[in-house]
Amino acid sequence: MDEGYLARLGTLLEQYDVPAAFWVNIQLTFWAGLLALALGTVLAVMRISPVASLRALGAGYVTVLRNTPLTIILVFCTLGLWGQLGVTLSSDFTSNFFRLAVLGLAVYHAAFVCEALRSGVNTVPVGQAEAARALGLRFSQSARLVILPQAFRGAVAPLGNVLIALIKNSTVAAVASVAETSGLMRQMIEFRPDVVLGIFLVFALGYVVVVVPVGLATTALSRRLAVAR
Amino acid sequence: MSGRSVLFDAPGPVTRRRVLVANVVGGVLVAALVAVVLLRLAEKGQLDAARWSPFLTAGPWTNFLLPGLVETLRAAAIAMVTSGVFGLVFGLGRLSPSRVVRAVCGTVVEFFRAVPVLLMMIFFWLGLAQLDLFAPQDLPLVGVVLGLTLYNGSVVAELVRSGVHSLPKGQREAALAVGLRPGQSLRLVEVPQALIAMLPALASQLVVILKDTALGVIITYPELLDSARRLGSGQGNILQSLVVAAVVFIVINDLLTRLAQWLAGRAGRRTAGTASAEAPALTVTTR
Repeated sequence: MDEGYLARLGTLLEQYDVPAAFWVNIQLTFWAGLLALALGTVLAVMRISPVASLRALGAGYVTVLRNTPLTIILVFCTLGLWGQLGVTLSSDFTSNFFRLAVLGLAVYHAAFVCEALRSGVNTVPVGQAEAARALGLRFSQSARLVILPQAFRGAVAPLGNVLIALIKNSTVAAVASVAETSGLMRQMIEFRPDVVLGIFLVFALGYVVVVVPVGLATTALSRRLAVAR
Repeated sequence: MSGRSVLFDAPGPVTRRRVLVANVVGGVLVAALVAVVLLRLAEKGQLDAARWSPFLTAGPWTNFLLPGLVETLRAAAIAMVTSGVFGLVFGLGRLSPSRVVRAVCGTVVEFFRAVPVLLMMIFFWLGLAQLDLFAPQDLPLVGVVLGLTLYNGSVVAELVRSGVHSLPKGQREAALAVGLRPGQSLRLVEVPQALIAMLPALASQLVVILKDTALGVIITYPELLDSARRLGSGQGNILQSLVVAAVVFIVINDLLTRLAQWLAGRAGRRTAGTASAEAPALTVTTR
């Protein structure tokens, strides 16, 4: 790379607000992550409950959502929910698309949160549940007081993987007309194709900077929270 | 399923009654939810026969959906092969005795696991247009395949590594004891067993590849979602077209998942000890 290349890239970076685009992705991740965690926990409880109809509903949800491409879900949210059914989540045009994208990301990743929590439940030894039952706790009590607290701690690592996937998948919100990093990168490359490699590296390294600490943090957290057995 | 026997005893009469009540209430709630959704859809005319019946005729399938599906499967098939090759090469690289090779392969693998697939696809699609290596009409396919290969290949590399590490130590020791060099031990004894151990995880990675081909719609690759979208906007039934495309994906992916589970049941019997390839700490195999 000659000096001219870096100078051209620098000028381009001054013209476009790259950090703002990353901030949109982080916001998408935050809201979708919260929603997915809530919905995924409900689904996980349904899937381990003694009630067959709820178990079947939870399993059906996970099978359908996990096997559908996220791109279809997000296109569905904009063209289907908003375009055809008139579902509006905000009167403001931009934040309407933002919220539809959050909804799509959340329902998709809730299936993976559910599976992560279920794998956490599998880390709880049978003796724990047996002891809870022997003490006379009901299903709801043993789930709430004994199983789930340990399951959450055992599920930190897989939940961290879901979070990393969510951060990266937030770029797919581009198909739901949200102005975020992948759209901005495309604009910048189309405007200045001569520095395409530099533009890509800026965005790629941006994701490395966001994703790697999350990975390290969840790995450290999962070690720290691991139940000593 | 898994928590079933763990979390509750064989129910007594009182519990059975309670579960029955909960079942009925749950069933009614689910039915009510479905009914509300269907009513709302009917209100908007989305359940009209006119919007669904085209899918019972040959036209939409032969003109739009099947050609789209062929493109989807083409991209997925190429990417599966190239990801396998990439993963094997870099997985072996991460097991290399040379520290430099290990470090380079490790950096490459970690980098491509951290970058969103969509960014890679856009980069190769627009970037390779500068180089005149491919015909312009091939660029979307090349972008999709390269993006999928670099990400999924990196995941496969991690699977190869964890598969080899999960083998009992005695395998390598025995290979060295009969006079094989470390490289030969890896190639002839450890990797073949690791490949069997990683089959289930590999099969679920195929589902990821197939799903992610749908990202191609963003870089103008004419795959299934793209053809469903064009079909739907042409016929005024975009919602129905998307549902049909989603069902096609769900059916294929569910078959692949079942294949993965079947392989998981078989694989255990073919390796020394209880070798298995699990998703390593930073791997995101759950897309």
